[in-house]
Amino acid sequence: MQVAELLRFLLYPTFYAGMLRMMVPITLGAVGEIISERSGVVNIGLEGIMMLGALVSTYVGHFTGSMVLAVVSGLVVGLAAGFLHAGIAVNLAGDQIIDGVGLNLFAVGIGEVLLYLTWGSFATSPQLPPEVRVPSIHGFSPFVVLTLLVAAATWVVVEKTRWGLRLKAVGEDPVAAEAAGIDVFKVRTIATVVGSLLTASAGVFLSLDWLGAYTKNISAGRGFIALALVVFSRWNPLTALLGGLIFGFLFQLSQSIPSGVVPDQILWALPYLVTLLISAGFLAKARPPGAVGRPYKRV
Amino acid sequence: MRLDLRRYAKPLAESALSVLIGVAVGTLLVILAGYSPVVFFKALFGGAFRSRNAFLDTLSYMVPLTLTAISFAVAARASVFNIGAEGQMYIGALVANAIGVMALPNGAHQVVAILAAFLAGGLWGWIAGILKAKRQVNEVVSTIMLNWLAFYLVNYVATYHLYDPKAPYKTEYVRETARLPELIPRTSLTLDWVLTILIAFLMFFLVWKTSLGYEIRATGINPTAAEYGGVDPSKVISISMFLSGGAGGLAGAFLVLGRFGFITTTLTNILNWGFDGIAVSLVGRNHPIGILFSALFFALLYNGALEVQVATATGGKTGVPIELVLAVMGIIVIAVAVPGLWDMVQERLLLRRKRVEVRGEAAGTVGGE
Repeated sequence: MQVAELLRFLLYPTFYAGMLRMMVPITLGAVGEIISERSGVVNIGLEGIMMLGALVSTYVGHFTGSMVLAVVSGLVVGLAAGFLHAGIAVNLAGDQIIDGVGLNLFAVGIGEVLLYLTWGSFATSPQLPPEVRVPSIHGFSPFVVLTLLVAAATWVVVEKTRWGLRLKAVGEDPVAAEAAGIDVFKVRTIATVVGSLLTASAGVFLSLDWLGAYTKNISAGRGFIALALVVFSRWNPLTALLGGLIFGFLFQLSQSIPSGVVPDQILWALPYLVTLLISAGFLAKARPPGAVGRPYKRV
Repeated sequence: MRLDLRRYAKPLAESALSVLIGVAVGTLLVILAGYSPVVFFKALFGGAFRSRNAFLDTLSYMVPLTLTAISFAVAARASVFNIGAEGQMYIGALVANAIGVMALPNGAHQVVAILAAFLAGGLWGWIAGILKAKRQVNEVVSTIMLNWLAFYLVNYVATYHLYDPKAPYKTEYVRETARLPELIPRTSLTLDWVLTILIAFLMFFLVWKTSLGYEIRATGINPTAAEYGGVDPSKVISISMFLSGGAGGLAGAFLVLGRFGFITTTLTNILNWGFDGIAVSLVGRNHPIGILFSALFFALLYNGALEVQVATATGGKTGVPIELVLAVMGIIVIAVAVPGLWDMVQERLLLRRKRVEVRGEAAGTVGGE
């Protein structure tokens, strides 16, 4: 087969629609994590939050038939997970990694248990009725627009406002920030919760918009890909958006190459390989916020 | 040298409390789902003791749990979060399986397969170590990506090269010469159980009694200070990730050479042990002896959960699936992460006791004699 023949899919708009779909969840997660890490709090639990957001919104949508309730409940999961992580990592100055690992385990387990107990399947819930799914506007998912707006707004807030200045001060040097009269705990808590909320909205996108159901392992590593994207973006929300588009293009490419040309496993593995290579290749000089990952205790 | 038991009392209490919270939440879920808590508890804690074979089977579950926990613990001692035992285990299982189908004499066959799996798992772990040491790649991200890559790699080799022509959903059985001898005939308890316990003691020796172990712990506590003290943190990080990966690889090798003799092409018979190991290690305080006890406990829980699946599937209801253990483990890990959990509980209890005492004094009942 000719290479040109193989790459014909690049000419069709469906390819680019798919690329935007791929871009949305990782970018929302990454922008959320940027807000959180800029304040000095790492959240490894993005994957679990995405899953739980998708799970709960599917559940509520399935049983109430209301899209609004489904979306809201998914976001409430994000709030709850954010406050849990902030409680442990900010207020109690605990380890920032362990509870996130726990949340990821919990999400995988509970998703499987509920899928099976509720719908008798280990693979997927039934398709949600159309009135529960988020409608597209002129063929565009509102989440694509939301992602663009969120990335741009976050950039403006972080770089151009007093709020952003406080956020960065807390993340770079909490002791100095506190001395300047900033409430470190409050800023970190808000940043963590907002970050978690955005990640949960990525989960809502997966279930209510993209797939219209909850499927086993629905986030498929996107939470971790978002973490890699944070470093790729050098903690800049606009670069994260650009990175999201690049990742989205590569992921969609790996799905669009017709099967039979190379073994499917190689195509399926490609997004993870690309993430690993990009993390290893371009990131050597990136400098994280000064106090990222370090708990703050008042002395 | 006297053993100061009080030193261990608090971590023990914290681990026990975390486990209690996890099991309580799991129970709550089961009750909310409409199952009888009595049936659930009887199955969960009685499952492992329902027969001699069930108990021996439980003991053999300690093998993958202990080794994946050691995989997490060795890296954790150097302050590296190895979430990659899962993938390292896949690689070890594949290599052991591939060597197991070759023609080699009994005795040498097992040794070659085990060492190769250790090396392969070790190299898989080392990738994450060297990426962290040289390119500052966050190990949580890299090990998760390596898990997915390992899954598809093993899936590919198993599907296209190592499959059993008579049953293409799985790989070819390893030869009898490669199987580990049974400790007790016709049970799943094989020699790997003894090897695993030896490996746990080996880890203790390595981390606490050698200079490499000292460097690992020094790097874990404060990499900058360790560097000033002449330790090369990037060397320590990559070596500890190699050893971690090796332990993960052994977990896979023992599952193949001991319990199963094969893997399914979609890896369904070996999934998730690597993630379970994280909880086992944290509850065991990343210490090999703690890990052995914690692995025994989780093995009981795991076998119990298998029984729960059967026992709850009565009267037309679907059984609670085994994945409940993952959810419970997740809660346990979150509880472990809460700093000073035990202090908080103790404070409440002590406060109450003090209040009682004060009230007692006021009534003139305390200290009269």
